[in-house]
Amino acid sequence: MAQSITDGEAERAAELAKQSIAMGIDPLDAINKGFVNGVNYVGDQFSCGNMFLPELVMAGEAMKAAVAVLEPELTKRGTQRTMLGKVVLCTVEGDIHEIGKTLVGTMLSATGFEVFDLGVDVPVMKVVEKAREVGADIVAMSALLTTTMVHQKDVIEALEDMGMRANVKVMVGGAPVTQEWVKQIGADGYSEDAIGAARVAKQLLGV
Amino acid sequence: MTGKIKSITNPKLNLEVLTPAEIQRLHTATLDIIESTGIRFPSKRALDIWEANGAHVDRNTSIVKVPGQIIEDALKLAPPRYVLAARNPNQDLPLDGNHVFLGTDGCGVEVLDINTGVRRMSAWQDVADIARIGDALEEIAFHWVAVSAQDYPVYTRGLHELRAIWENSTKHTQTESIYNEREARLAVEMASTIAGGKDALKVRPILSIMQCTAPPLGQDGGSVDAALIGAEAGLPVGFMTMAACLTTGPATLAGTLVVGNAEVISATALIELAFPGTPVFYAAAQTASDLRTGAYTGGGPEDFLFGAAQNKLADFYNIPLSMGSFATGAKEPNWHAGVENSLSTFMASLVMSDMLLGVGLLHGSRIWSYAQMLMDCEIFSIIHKVMQGIAVDDETLALDVIRNVGPGGNFLSQKHTLKHMREIFIPQFMDRRPYNVWEEKHDDGRDWALEKARNILNTHQPELLDDSMSLELKRIIASAEKG
Repeated sequence: MAQSITDGEAERAAELAKQSIAMGIDPLDAINKGFVNGVNYVGDQFSCGNMFLPELVMAGEAMKAAVAVLEPELTKRGTQRTMLGKVVLCTVEGDIHEIGKTLVGTMLSATGFEVFDLGVDVPVMKVVEKAREVGADIVAMSALLTTTMVHQKDVIEALEDMGMRANVKVMVGGAPVTQEWVKQIGADGYSEDAIGAARVAKQLLGV
Repeated sequence: MTGKIKSITNPKLNLEVLTPAEIQRLHTATLDIIESTGIRFPSKRALDIWEANGAHVDRNTSIVKVPGQIIEDALKLAPPRYVLAARNPNQDLPLDGNHVFLGTDGCGVEVLDINTGVRRMSAWQDVADIARIGDALEEIAFHWVAVSAQDYPVYTRGLHELRAIWENSTKHTQTESIYNEREARLAVEMASTIAGGKDALKVRPILSIMQCTAPPLGQDGGSVDAALIGAEAGLPVGFMTMAACLTTGPATLAGTLVVGNAEVISATALIELAFPGTPVFYAAAQTASDLRTGAYTGGGPEDFLFGAAQNKLADFYNIPLSMGSFATGAKEPNWHAGVENSLSTFMASLVMSDMLLGVGLLHGSRIWSYAQMLMDCEIFSIIHKVMQGIAVDDETLALDVIRNVGPGGNFLSQKHTLKHMREIFIPQFMDRRPYNVWEEKHDDGRDWALEKARNILNTHQPELLDDSMSLELKRIIASAEKG
């Protein structure tokens, strides 16, 4: 199982997940004692410079495929995977730039967060409503343009207006975002790249 | 006084980075992608134009699939040569395939303050100051909006940025920071005011419009709408792809060229279908993403190869190119910046890219540095000199002089030397002083470049925009702010 993750073979991972269910293996064991080892291995290899971002992404996708197969079985058994936290993710209103945001989503899921990706050009209130609906621990927003970046601030203000700000950490990203901007709009965290974003998310929640 | 403009022209060097057969193959592959996979155009106006011209349009996905013949026929409508007009006609820029013109980079979000050196958020005055310094530098032929005027509201920011440039320089302005139809209309109105009316603007476009595509294989709806407004007014418009290996393009250079090319020529064809004969340009700033972070790199050997390849494509389509060279990923003016900006600009110049972008920004076009601006201009001057190559004729062979001096003499006191010595490049920011002088002062090119920028800002008096015109620009912007 770990090997299918390390190799980034999503189909193989899903196939092995199915087999494990057929064999009566506890899905939590399949995840924690099987697939997760692959994710950890890729993470370690990445840290020491032997593996690269595409391998990380493919491992993340393979993990997602395995978990998707195992999830119904988990529900059936009344058990749940322990997640690090819930993240509502989007590219802000008026902005269609997707790739960085999606990459952050992949890294967050691979790290163990439950990610609700709302896509691009997402209106302020839709972000806030989703965060309320799922009980988000983190709202993470991307913007590529200085003209759309201001909506990151709008979301923070809306979270305040709705009395939700105290319970939600806010992360922002995108090419024009700087530490000063983060300070100015009162966000909690920021990273220039997707791997850093996963690290920041863990720090923010103290996990 | 109007400054003259330095451009690379009549080059002796050239580079065949792609063979004609390879270019043809890239083109065929591009048409295949546009026809079979399609390009996303999230703009109602664009979709209507495509539909009216026989393309297959999916209104749900906004994806357009266009037969190759339609693209090819549309591109043939583009003028191969035209002039970017300046407020001062002596500074007009002929895009004729025989000139390489340099502009500033854009659009940064922070500035290393010219006095304190402290990094801070960019503001309107920075746009004005950079334009003023660019106005004085002979290497700078045209302006981009170098940094974002973040102290102005988002709604009219792009217009205030244009005003800052026009109030401080007579040179041509190419905006890359107008992203929607409404702002584009007002920018056209402002440009018309300066040019002396809409018809005059068509004849002498003092403004050109650059829009980014949304790779892979997409366009930004607001950008396309803004470009159509510009084209309608007769302004030169161009689309820039930044498709990058690994993330928004395949890991391979040829594949990423195809992705970028598909974005650029589909958008360019749209403009020609809507307004046949519009002056258009190809624009590109392709690179490879970083293997570890996926981040934009703005340098590296892939970047340099793209720099050379893209003008071959633009030449194939017989339209000018605005090429993203410079734009280092370095955090400060240092070794990294020097290597990247020199090589990217050299490669893009070897193939005679018509416009080069752009000087002054660090950290992947995010942080403005005045020292880097001046040093980038020096890089351009070095390349300008190299591109002249080696002239070989009676005068340059100088056989009589060599005979006169003979074995063991020197050439310092020869008339021939006096006549030609000023052809030898004199650097402004390279340290050629004796070691002990350097050891005593420990300063270098960065200090001198910054000092020069400060001097220019303190002393250069550009040909100001007429007060009444400046007021009119403000009135146009204010009308939008009220509305």
